[in-house]
Amino acid sequence: MEHGSFTNDSDASFTLAEEDHTLANAVRFMLNQDPRVTLAGYSIPHPSLECVNVRVQTTGDPAREVLKDACQELMLMNRHVRSVFDKAVSEFKVEQARLAAEEEEKKKAEEEAIKKQRDLLASMDIESD
Amino acid sequence: MATKEGEGEVKKIVTEEEKTFAKNFNIMDLADIPTGLPPHLQLQRTRVLCKNDAPIHTASVVYSGAYNGVGVDNSVKLENFSENFKVDVIEISNDGMELTFDMIGIDAASYNVFFFVFTMQLPTMAFEKVFIANNTSIVQDEVLAQRMGLVPIAADPKLFEYLSENDQPNEKNTIVFKLHAKCAKGEGRKKVLTKELIWLPKGSELVKESGDPNSKPKTYTSVSRSQEESFPEFTDNPITPSYPDILIAKLGPGHEIELEAHAVKGIGKTHAKWLPVATAWYRMLPEVILLREVEDEDTERLVEACPEKVFDIEDMGNGRKRATVAWPRNCTLCRQCVRENYGEEVKIEGIQREKWIENVALRRVKNHFIFLLFAFLSVKIESTGSLPPDVLFTEAVKILEDKCERVIANLS
Repeated sequence: MEHGSFTNDSDASFTLAEEDHTLANAVRFMLNQDPRVTLAGYSIPHPSLECVNVRVQTTGDPAREVLKDACQELMLMNRHVRSVFDKAVSEFKVEQARLAAEEEEKKKAEEEAIKKQRDLLASMDIESD
Repeated sequence: MATKEGEGEVKKIVTEEEKTFAKNFNIMDLADIPTGLPPHLQLQRTRVLCKNDAPIHTASVVYSGAYNGVGVDNSVKLENFSENFKVDVIEISNDGMELTFDMIGIDAASYNVFFFVFTMQLPTMAFEKVFIANNTSIVQDEVLAQRMGLVPIAADPKLFEYLSENDQPNEKNTIVFKLHAKCAKGEGRKKVLTKELIWLPKGSELVKESGDPNSKPKTYTSVSRSQEESFPEFTDNPITPSYPDILIAKLGPGHEIELEAHAVKGIGKTHAKWLPVATAWYRMLPEVILLREVEDEDTERLVEACPEKVFDIEDMGNGRKRATVAWPRNCTLCRQCVRENYGEEVKIEGIQREKWIENVALRRVKNHFIFLLFAFLSVKIESTGSLPPDVLFTEAVKILEDKCERVIANLS
């Protein structure tokens, strides 16, 4: 829901229903980053009502377009975060698996060395007997 | 060029090259002119300075035109963000349920959003309605019901639908568990643990009372197909609570509890029992800087002062020692190292000791967050569909994306 004026569409307030700080703070942050925006803020009229008022004032561009762009950028940012996170986690898991495999190999090598020593000692004992 | 007496100026020949060079010349292009913000402003923008009494510069400078006076653009464009954003996974525990990772290049507002969505908007399954048939224990009905609600259930909430007030509870939105515990007379006290909760895939067994004696008995759920058939994940893997050893109640001799509990899908915002995580917290990366060389006697005091072992002594030869910052990550900003009268000897000769706050700078990096997530065990390790913290995080970001899409759709 947009409360603006018919003549000047660069300043407007938007009411988002069923939203709270979760989306409003994120959108406000993205709006502030946009150089076309002179004022961006949000308020929650009453905590029991699930609605948020977002105020956008721009340097000429229609406020609704700017808000849409901010939401788009937020979405793209989220996608990027998700992909980077997934990649980092999978790389870490691969790295861990590789390290675990290396450690196991080392252990096996050590055990084999110990076995060889034991066999050697055993054979020496037999010879001395 | 020879100058004639009487003429004030020397005539110079200016070539075309020099003219264009003069037109395009910008003093900021010279190699040794510093660009960007002056260092003290950069410090204010990117670091929280933790002084003795309180931290300063905590608010992040968000407005894109904040530094227009200095000619610096503070806006964050998506390309810059994509280049600078990094995630470093520090640790994943062995059972995959504990995750520690770093996020670099993101602002507190965005970070807080992930946190919000992660804890409050991710759905899980938890007991909502508890039908108590018999309860002769000392634990009251409502207390027992509240305890049941907090028991975590190992079921993937993605497989189920939300149950609203107008819906009938059926196999797609409810999980039914039964508990029947008895302590016989003559036995000692008995503990009722969550492993005694039995899953009923065919729905509720309690019969609703209805006035008509001839109609078919109705139960509290209208289940058309057994859940074992409709969900292939549960065919050989019965649904159980996440941990079998949670204490629900204690029974004395002769006490009995018989109840049926229905679990539905919900989000953490409605009630804390639907929280998907046991612990989720984040903090900004601490940065500890020694502003001047801390040598000899002072090093001992510094290293001893810190309870997290952030500082370390470095031998420089000739018996001289120097303090260095070894593990700044461990710093909890307890400020023991900058506290004035910690372990100090009183100097009798009146030599003014420099205040410790001027030697050690405690800061936090605003763009760098350390995140720790510890999730409830959602499914047994052998089965598919597990929800470890990394999957949960991805889900949370997806939910945020959906919200944005909804707003965009409404605006168009």
